[in-house]
Amino acid sequence: MSAAATSSSATTLPTQRFRLDQARRQRTVLTPEGIPLRFTLATRSARAGALLLDLFLVGAVMVATTIGLIYLAGGTAKAMGQASGAAGHALQFLFILWLAAMFLLRNAWFLFFELSPRGATPGKRASHIRIAARNGGRLTAEMVLARNLLRDIELFLPLSFLLSARDGDMGAAGIAAAGWFLIFGLFPCFNRDALRAGDIIAGTWVVEAPRRKLEQALSAARAAAPGAAGEYHFDAAALSHYGEYELQVLERVLRENRGDQLAAVYQRICGKIGWHAGAGDERAFLAAYYTQLRARLESGMRLGQRKADKFTGPSR
Amino acid sequence: MALGDTLRGSRLGALLGARAPAGDAAIAAAALRSDRFRQEREGDWKRLDAIVTRIEQGRLRSLSDEDLLALPVLYRTVASSLSVARETSLDAATLAYLEALVQRAWFQVYGPRQGLGRWLLRFLGGGWSRAVREIWPDLLITLALMVAGAFVGWKLCAADPSWYFTLFPAEGDPRVPGAGQAVLRASLFGQSQQNGLAAFAAYLFSHNAQISILAFALGFAFGIPSLLLAIQNTATLGAMLWLFHSQALLPDLIGWLSVHGTTELFAILLAAAAGLHIGRAFAFPGDLPVLEAAARAGRRASTVMAGVVLMLVVAAMLEGFARQLLDATGPRLVVGLSMLVFWLWYFFAFRRDPGALR
Repeated sequence: MSAAATSSSATTLPTQRFRLDQARRQRTVLTPEGIPLRFTLATRSARAGALLLDLFLVGAVMVATTIGLIYLAGGTAKAMGQASGAAGHALQFLFILWLAAMFLLRNAWFLFFELSPRGATPGKRASHIRIAARNGGRLTAEMVLARNLLRDIELFLPLSFLLSARDGDMGAAGIAAAGWFLIFGLFPCFNRDALRAGDIIAGTWVVEAPRRKLEQALSAARAAAPGAAGEYHFDAAALSHYGEYELQVLERVLRENRGDQLAAVYQRICGKIGWHAGAGDERAFLAAYYTQLRARLESGMRLGQRKADKFTGPSR
Repeated sequence: MALGDTLRGSRLGALLGARAPAGDAAIAAAALRSDRFRQEREGDWKRLDAIVTRIEQGRLRSLSDEDLLALPVLYRTVASSLSVARETSLDAATLAYLEALVQRAWFQVYGPRQGLGRWLLRFLGGGWSRAVREIWPDLLITLALMVAGAFVGWKLCAADPSWYFTLFPAEGDPRVPGAGQAVLRASLFGQSQQNGLAAFAAYLFSHNAQISILAFALGFAFGIPSLLLAIQNTATLGAMLWLFHSQALLPDLIGWLSVHGTTELFAILLAAAAGLHIGRAFAFPGDLPVLEAAARAGRRASTVMAGVVLMLVVAAMLEGFARQLLDATGPRLVVGLSMLVFWLWYFFAFRRDPGALR
C-alpha cells in the first residue's frame, strides 16, 4: 500500500524477496506449555561475524595474558636473581599458568559464556543471536558442551589442512584431506537450518534474539488527540479494499511518520476509495483509516474471516 | 437515594482516578477491543520485560525473590496473552513485542539452569559414570580394537623389525631395535632428579587433551577416524612392548607405562568410544530420526568427553611427577594398578543418582 509496495512491480520485488527470505528462516517450536513460538534462524553471515568477533576476543585475551605473564616472569627473574632455585620454580609455575590459560581460552571460552543466563558469547550478543534447543525444551549443559567440543574439526582442522595443502607438501592427498575437512567447516551451508556439525550433535540451533520496545498503540494515541476521532468516517465499501498486509504497511508508515510517505499513501488510498484528495490533514486521515480498517479486520477475525491482503477476496 | 447515588458515583470516580488518569479512562472507552485487551495486560508485560532484561544483563542477584518466583508465572501469563493476541489483534508492533518478549522469557525459563560449577558437581557425582556406562557397546568395540592394535603392532615388529620405525617414527630416540639393555633401561629409570617436572606435566596434558578432543570430534565421520587414531596409538604401544621384550625388560616397561598409562589409555579408550558412539548413531539411528539420534548420542558422548579431559589432567600429573619420582618397577605398578581399579570402580560400581544433587 505504501508507494514502494504497490506502485510498480519493479519496486515490489525486493520487498517480496525480503518477506520470502524472512519466511524461509522462520521456524515454529512448540514449548512445553503447548504454545507455538516462532523463531527466526540466525543468518549464516551473522553467525560468521559473531564467530570472528569471538575469535578476535579470544586472541586478544590470549595475547594480553601472554604479555602479562612474560612481564611477571621478567619481574620474578630480576627479583630472585640470586636464589636461582626459587626463581626456577616461580617461572615454572608461570609457565603452567600460561599453558592452562591457553587451554581454557581455546576450549572453555564458548562454554563459559553459553552456560551463563545470557546464553551467548560476547560475539553472539553483539550480533543479537543465541543458541536454543531444537526441540523447544531446556538447553542443557551437555548440549552446550557437545556443540563446542566439535569446534576443533570444524574450524582448526580445515584451516590447518588448507594451509598445508597450499604448500603442496602432501600433494594430492593433502588437497583431498583439505576438501574432506572443508565439508565439516562448510557444513552450515549444506542444510536448511544452517546447522553446523556441533549443532547436529548437540540438538541445538542458533536463532535471532530480538529485543523490542513496546510501542504506543496507534489507535489509542490518536483517539486521545482531541477532535480527531470523529472527523473521518469510512463506510464498509471504503474499508473493503485492503487486507492485513496493507494494514501493517500503513502501521509502519504511521510509525515512521515521514511527510512524503504519508502524502503518497494518502493519495493512493483516496484514489482507491474514490475520495477527492485534499492536502494538509494526511496524518489524521490515515490514522482514522487505520483505526477503522483495523476494527473491521479484527471483527472479521473474531468471526473467523481473515483477509490476508488486497488480492484475496472481499472480507465479507 | 439521590445522596447515595452521588456518593457511589464519586467513590467510583475516585476509584477510577486512583487507578488511571482521566485521559486513560477516555482511551479505554474509545479504543478498539484489541487495544483494551492490551491495556488490561500491559502491566504484566512490562514487569516481565523488566525482570528478563535484568537477567539478561547478568544482574540476577539484584532481583528480589518475589520477582524470581513471579518469572515462570508471568511467562505463562504473557505466553497466553500472545496466543490470544495472535488470534484477535492486528497491531503488528504489539504482536512483534509480545513474540520477542515471550521468546526472551522462554530463553530464561528454559535456559541453562546451572552454571559451570553446579554442573560440575552433578557431573562428578554420578552423571559422568552413568554416561560412561551408557556407551558400553562402544567401549567394548573400541577396547577390542585397541587390544588388536597392540597385538598387531607387536606381531608386525616381531616379523620384520623395520616396521618399528614406521610405527614409532621418532628420530634421534635411543629406543630402537638393536639398542642394548643398558640404553633401554636408562630410558626407564633414573630421571627423578630432572627439573621442570610440573611444566612437563602441564604440557603433556594440554597436548593430549587436544588430541583426544580431536579423536572425539572425528567421530562425526561415522566414528572410523576415531577408531583409526586409537588403533594407531596402541600399535605404537605394541611395537614398544616388543622392543623391550626383546631385551627382557617387559615388566619394567609395563611398570613405567602403567603409572600414567592405565589412566591415559583409559581416557583414549573413552574418547574413541565416545566418537564411535556418535558415528554409530549416524549410521544406525534405529527408530529415531537421524538428527534426533545424533543429538542424543552427542549429549551422552560429550559428557564422557568432559571426563576424558579430567582424566588427562590426572594422567599428566602421574606422568610428570609420579613416574619420575618413583624409580622402581614395583611402586610404579602399584600406582598404575590402583588407578585402574579406581577408575573401574568409579565408572561401573559408583552408581549414584545425579538428580539427587540437583
